[in-house]
Amino acid sequence: MSDFSVIAASRTQKWVAGTLVVGYAVITLLPLLWIIATGFKSPSDAIAYPPKIFFEPTLEGYVNLFTTRTRQTAEFLAANPPQTWYEEIVRKYDMVIAGPSRFGGRFMNSVIIGFVSTFLSVFLGTLAAYAFSRFRIPLKDDLMFFILSTRMMPPIAVAIPIFLMFRALGLSDTHAGMIMLYTAVNLSLAVWLLKGFIDEIPREYEEAALIDGYTRFQAFYKVVLPQAATGIASTAIFCLIFAWNEYAFAVLLTSGTAQTAPPFIPTIIGVGGQDWPAVAAGATIFLLPVVVFTILLRKHLLRGITFGAVRK
Amino acid sequence: MSNSAIERAAAATPPKLARRVRGLSDRAIAWIFVAPTIFLLLAVNIFPLIWTIRLSFTNYRVNRPNAEVEWVGLRNYQRILTDEDIWQTMQATAHFLIWTIVLQVLIGFALAWLINKKFRGDNFWTTIIVLPMMLSPAVVGNFWTFLYQPQIGLFNYVVSFFSGVDPSSFSMIGEVSLAPWAIVIVDTWMWTPFVMLICLAGLRSIPTSIYEAAECDRASPWRQFWTITVPMVLPFLMLAVLFRGIENFKMFDLVVQLTGGGPGSTTELTSINLKREAFEKWRTGYASAYAIILFVTVFGLASIYVKALNKVKER
Repeated sequence: MSDFSVIAASRTQKWVAGTLVVGYAVITLLPLLWIIATGFKSPSDAIAYPPKIFFEPTLEGYVNLFTTRTRQTAEFLAANPPQTWYEEIVRKYDMVIAGPSRFGGRFMNSVIIGFVSTFLSVFLGTLAAYAFSRFRIPLKDDLMFFILSTRMMPPIAVAIPIFLMFRALGLSDTHAGMIMLYTAVNLSLAVWLLKGFIDEIPREYEEAALIDGYTRFQAFYKVVLPQAATGIASTAIFCLIFAWNEYAFAVLLTSGTAQTAPPFIPTIIGVGGQDWPAVAAGATIFLLPVVVFTILLRKHLLRGITFGAVRK
Repeated sequence: MSNSAIERAAAATPPKLARRVRGLSDRAIAWIFVAPTIFLLLAVNIFPLIWTIRLSFTNYRVNRPNAEVEWVGLRNYQRILTDEDIWQTMQATAHFLIWTIVLQVLIGFALAWLINKKFRGDNFWTTIIVLPMMLSPAVVGNFWTFLYQPQIGLFNYVVSFFSGVDPSSFSMIGEVSLAPWAIVIVDTWMWTPFVMLICLAGLRSIPTSIYEAAECDRASPWRQFWTITVPMVLPFLMLAVLFRGIENFKMFDLVVQLTGGGPGSTTELTSINLKREAFEKWRTGYASAYAIILFVTVFGLASIYVKALNKVKER
């Protein structure tokens, strides 16, 4: 790090820059840390004034998130001592656990719709990207632009006819409908990103394979795919994050069986308003996988968010 | 060139092997590979678009399936373009767009410039800063309503801590004068890293030799900044603005969770307004015309902008 250069920042400059950036990072992280902390607060600690930084952690928020509870009489409570640790938590409020809440189901919907649509869009996207990268296709640039332009429509505008179409086809509030929709929306991203990744693989590899007697399919399958593996993986994570975070289509086109977590989490209601610890617990569980993925993706982040327009 | 090499190799090999080399023709494979994508995008994007255009000339309403659908010509378009409320919505959108872009460009560029000083741990902190933009806007927006609560909210508490204003005396999302800024703040918090990352790529693309040459010519750091750094990063910055512009013109999830368009209609951005017309008032025909107008606007503005961007790149 000590190599001599007339243009490298001086030690003081680096120190000032570092301090400012770290300061910004801490401020920007504060709301996220607050979400995680609120998930472990009791409802009264969560709405205390002044806001509590130090508090006694409890799993109430998580218990409330996953269960539904009913109030019971003193006799009933006395006759049925709590069996598990989570029942014990609820007993403080003279409540018993009536059953699981709908959060688990909504979360699973997010997982199913996210993973299946990601698989489909990456699968179709890889094929199309390979063809766009390697073959002469009439109107190639126009087709690529058409694929991109489908992303410029406001989701609400697209949702009007989709709503009618889904109703006519019986796809409203079904997994199949949402998977199809997310696959199509993600496909434009997948094709653009993957074309960039495949463009970077030298053609000579496949040509050598073709001369060795491979068919086009074999060359694609055995030579190009392994080379593009990192690109395909990062594209898949981008598609997954999009499907995971999507809200507009989900809130308009699903209401029950196929509803994903983003439209559900804000509707978690406690006594007299939103149950903030439960909302925060749900948000924490929901956001954590994305945080992990972002850290995994950090090298390809820029490429993903700009549709491959900027590569590092 | 390479094709003929393959042909020659194929001609020299026994027939059985030659058939395997050729297999399906490239052209057939190209179509097999591209067709499903094009088909799906036609089905989910173009077909609905055509349907929307058709609906936009009618008075169709989803909630009245038995009512007779009338062809109303351009009346929907005429009503939208002369509607005062929609112009108010457009103003709210413009306020949101302009301020989020200005703030994100300034802060994002400054951060990128600082990170490019290459201090220890810069990669780690970059990843930390990037986190907010990857999260679900709806879930995050919902949680910000908690941070914005008067008295108990963290945001109000921090503001009062530094300014001495009573934390229960103002409500970011409840007051007409503050709500437009509340959404600007959250969007800036969330998307500044996006601009930052793109600027950083721009800064890193500048060859150090240019600075070294400038240093030899005794150009002041100030001069170097304005004649080297800014012009070289400009195409990247413009690209970031294009992306943010399109995304924020479409903005729905974050703001609908934060303010729901309120109080009154001070933060009712076009997408929220459109949702109200289409899925609350169920004026399907009218909303379709509205959607078409929005699409044409985004598409038109984006095309003009891309032309300008290409001009800057050519320089």
